[in-house]
Parts: sequence; structure tokens; C-alpha cells
Amino acid sequence: MHNRKFLRKLLLFLLTIPIFFFIYFPVLWLFSASLSTQVELFSVPIHWFPQHPTFQNYLDIFFPSQAASSVPQTYAVSLLNSIKIASAVTVICILVGSLSAYALVRIPFRFNRSIQLGILATRMIPEVSLVLPLFIIASGLHLINKPIVLIVTYMSFALPYAIWLMAAYFQTVPIELEDAARLDGCSRLGILFRVVMPISVPGLVSTAMFVFLLAWDEFFYALIFTSTLAAKTVPVAIAEFIGRYVVNVNGMMAGGILAAVPPVLVALIFQRYIVSGMTAGAVKG
Amino acid sequence: MVTNSASRPKRKFSLRQQDARTAWLLLVPSLLVMLGVTIWPVISTFILSFFNAPTGIHQVRTFVGLGNYLNMLQDQTFWETIGRTLYFTVVSVGLELAIGLAIAQLIHSHPWGWQFLRFSLIIPWAVPTIVNGAMWRWIYSADFGALNGLLMQLGLIKHYVAWLTLPNMAMNLVIVADIWHTMPFVALVLQAALATLPEDLDEAAAVDGANAWQRFWKIRVPLLRPAILVALIVRTVDAFRVFDIVYIITSAGPAYKTLTITYLTYLNSFSFGKQGTGAALSFLISAFTILMAFLYIRLLYRPEETQ
Repeated sequence: MHNRKFLRKLLLFLLTIPIFFFIYFPVLWLFSASLSTQVELFSVPIHWFPQHPTFQNYLDIFFPSQAASSVPQTYAVSLLNSIKIASAVTVICILVGSLSAYALVRIPFRFNRSIQLGILATRMIPEVSLVLPLFIIASGLHLINKPIVLIVTYMSFALPYAIWLMAAYFQTVPIELEDAARLDGCSRLGILFRVVMPISVPGLVSTAMFVFLLAWDEFFYALIFTSTLAAKTVPVAIAEFIGRYVVNVNGMMAGGILAAVPPVLVALIFQRYIVSGMTAGAVKG
Repeated sequence: MVTNSASRPKRKFSLRQQDARTAWLLLVPSLLVMLGVTIWPVISTFILSFFNAPTGIHQVRTFVGLGNYLNMLQDQTFWETIGRTLYFTVVSVGLELAIGLAIAQLIHSHPWGWQFLRFSLIIPWAVPTIVNGAMWRWIYSADFGALNGLLMQLGLIKHYVAWLTLPNMAMNLVIVADIWHTMPFVALVLQAALATLPEDLDEAAAVDGANAWQRFWKIRVPLLRPAILVALIVRTVDAFRVFDIVYIITSAGPAYKTLTITYLTYLNSFSFGKQGTGAALSFLISAFTILMAFLYIRLLYRPEETQ
């Protein structure tokens, strides 16, 4: 009996090995390649671990020298653009979205449910269905290649998502607390800012994280609305240098690692919020 | 999910009215934003889809009625693209659900290191789509790719293969890359749902002599149905509009063998200068999405019946 139990455990453990391989093999190889020199990367048979590991590819991005090609230099700028744009989107979504989420969860009024459904439906409309009119307007207003155009257009997917997530969190705040505050003469806004928001801090943090990841990940709008360094984000920078000028592949691998590190770190740190957020939002694929 | 606390004691009428005004005030900023970046563009795209709208400075729009739609339906490229997009959607989402469900059950069985496995699943999920695509493009690379390196060391190939130029392989390779990135979402959501299922049913079935396989298919999977359906719809909507990963791995090649419907829309709107056709295609994608959203909402708002 004891033996059978052990065998079962062993069998289950053996099943996890191919999964771990599938998860880690691509990222570990990417990391290993980002530490390689160009010569070693192209060697046959393949060097799984660089024999002369170097951080040069990373140093080129942060401290571009004259010798380095233009790839790493522009990359640092697009990293900064991505940080700025994703942060702005996150802050606006939390501020604007929390007001709406509270109204939808706690205030009964006539079109409440219709608006809830509308928000859910708009979240699912793909960017490609919205981009033409937005592009025509943005061109007319000379907003192409300005960060503001991405911040505004990102609202189309980020804001409904943020409202939906925050509504799910506000829902869990005990109504008795609000009633008590109301009896003390607190207004709706007062309740939202002094009672609901402080209690929902974990929910707000998790929402902020999800919105940040969405904005950091976004490619389609960024591809269409930006092409110069003024607003180009990391995904566009990676896309531009892939295939076209294959002069510095391992340099771009370092770029890929750098683009992946912030979201992966954030997601691992807030690990315990992720699954609850996925279930509540069930929107990001 | 979001519901109203309608069962709360009724307040005085004036207070309710005041409340409704507050609600609208709180909603106005969000509604204005969404009117501008979602609702108006959808309507505007729909209108544009009835026009011949070439891009260029001196080009004029002409009304063509259903012309764009009729041309689209008669175009063989369109139907081939729809077929490819459906292939991508069905294979990718199907495998994600199968693998995701298997991994969810595996974690639920608590093998050694199950917590580390759950932790590890977050990494591919959090890697940005474009980085994921670039990573797999390099893995498939003909000159230095890890796939060639691996197969060569295992003695399965004699010389390096240019995988992404093989017409019948390209789409499947894109699917593998997509699964790596999106399967963890399915696995984590289903694992969370599994953890909330009552244990007593399972134990009762075990006492009655049902084996693990039967208990999985006859008890847990039916109970998981709502969670599986939600994951299925969310992933289907996402997979149907696939663009980023195709753009980065194959750029729709070789010879348009990985051209998807969003990609075709993008090409028409921004490369071929046919905005009217692009708008018609966009609207088609919207219609599909709205249909799926409708199904999704019906599922979400019937939790009492399904759980």
C-alpha cells in the first residue's frame, strides 16, 4: 500500500518534467543567447551555454558606445516610452475607473445593468475594428508619433477591463461598513474614498498590475500610431529590428529579456492576486 | 460578478433620485472616454465600410453600398483567410484547453513540486506577446535556432532546416508559440476552479468504486463546465483576432500561408490603401466578437443555474 502511494507520487512527478521543460526551455535559451557573442550564437553544433558569457549586449543598451550599432541606442528610449505610457494608462484607469466601478456596484439606478453589459461587451471588441477612424482622426490632429495618442487609444481595452475588475473587488466590501458611514453623514464620494478604496487596496493593486501588463504588452495600436523614437514602445522596437536588419541578433535577445523582465517580475511578486484577477476579469488571454 | 444589492431596504424616493444623479456623475468620465475610443469608432467603421475609400491626398470617397462586402465574399483570398484563421483558432484553443485541463488536474493531484509548477506557469503568461513571438522566431531560426540545435544533437536531422519557410509547417509553429504563451491562463483558471469544487462528491464516488479516470470525467469535468466555457469563449475571441504573434514570427508568410483575418484587415487598411475593404473586414470581426460576447454574458449571468 505504501509502495503504491509512492509509485503514484513518482508517476505524477514524472509527468511534470515535460511541462517544466516546455515552460523553461525557451526562456532559458533566450537568456543564454542574450549572454552570447554573435560568433558563438551562430556556431554549429549549438552552444547551449556560452563559453564566454558576456553582459556586453545589455551594457550596449544602457550605455551605448559609438561602436555599438543604432539598435541598442534606440532600444533604451523605447523602454522609457513604454514605462511612461503604461504608467499613465494605469493611473488614469484607476482614477476614472474606480468612480464608475463604485457606481455600478453600489448605486441602483435605471440603466445600471445595461451599462455593465455594455462595458463587458466593449472590452471584447478587437482593436482592429476601431483603428481606422482613430487613425484618421489622429492623422488629422497631427497626433501620430505622440505618446498621448497611445495613452488615449489604450483606454479602449484598459478602461472597461479596469472597471470590471474593480467592480468585482468593490463587491466584496461589506455593505454594513458603508451603511454605518452613511448614517454618520458621509456622502457617496466620501464613502468611496474613505471606506471602499482603503479596504480595496489589494484589489486596486491587482487591477493596476493587470492594466500595466496590458498596456506594456500592446502592439497593434503602437505599430500603427508610432514609428519614431518620440513614442515608439518596446514591442514596436523589437518588431522593427527583427528580420529586417539582422545585424545584432543577440543584442535584440538582450532587448527581449529586458522587455520581459518588468512584467514577469511584477506578476511573480503579485502572484497571489493573479489567479483571482484572472477569474474575476477572465478577460486577458 | 457584478450584481446590484437590490435586496437592500428601500430608501426614501428623494434619496434614490439623488443617488441616481451621483451615479451618473461618477460614470460620466468613463462613458465619455468609451464613447470616444470605442463606440464612435465602431459606428464610424461601419459607415466607412459602405464607401470606396482609397488612401492618398487627392482621393475621394465614393459610396458603394454593399460593394465592399460583395467583393469580399467573392474573393477567394478572403475565404482562404477565414479558413486559416479558423484552423488557428480551433487547433490553438483546443490544445490549450486540453493541455490546460490536464495541467490543472495534475496540480490538483499535488505531485512533488506542484507549488513550483503553479508559480512557473505565470512566467510564460507574463512574457509580452511580442517578446514571445520574437523568442520563438529565433528558436525556429534556420541559422542558429535552438530547435535545429536540439534536433541535430538528438540525431533527428542531418542539417539545419529553415522551418518557417515550409508552407505546411509555418502555421503549426505559430500555434506552438501561441500555446506556450496562452495555455498557462487556461491552466491557472481551471486549477483555481478545481480547488473550489466540493471534495465530498469525489470521495463518495471513490467509495462507490469509481476510479480516478471516471471521477475526473464524470464528476469534476461536469462541475467545471462553467469555468471551461468561460475560458473557451475568452480564448476563442482572442485567438480569432490573432495578429501580433503572426506579424512577428512569419509576417503572414511563406506565400501568405499564415495570413489571418486581422492581418488581412491590417494589410487592406494600411498597406494596400483600401480603407473601405478594411472597414468591411473590421466590421465582420466585430460582428463575430459581439456574438461571442453575447454568449459570454449569458453564461456569466446565469451562475445560479450552472453552478
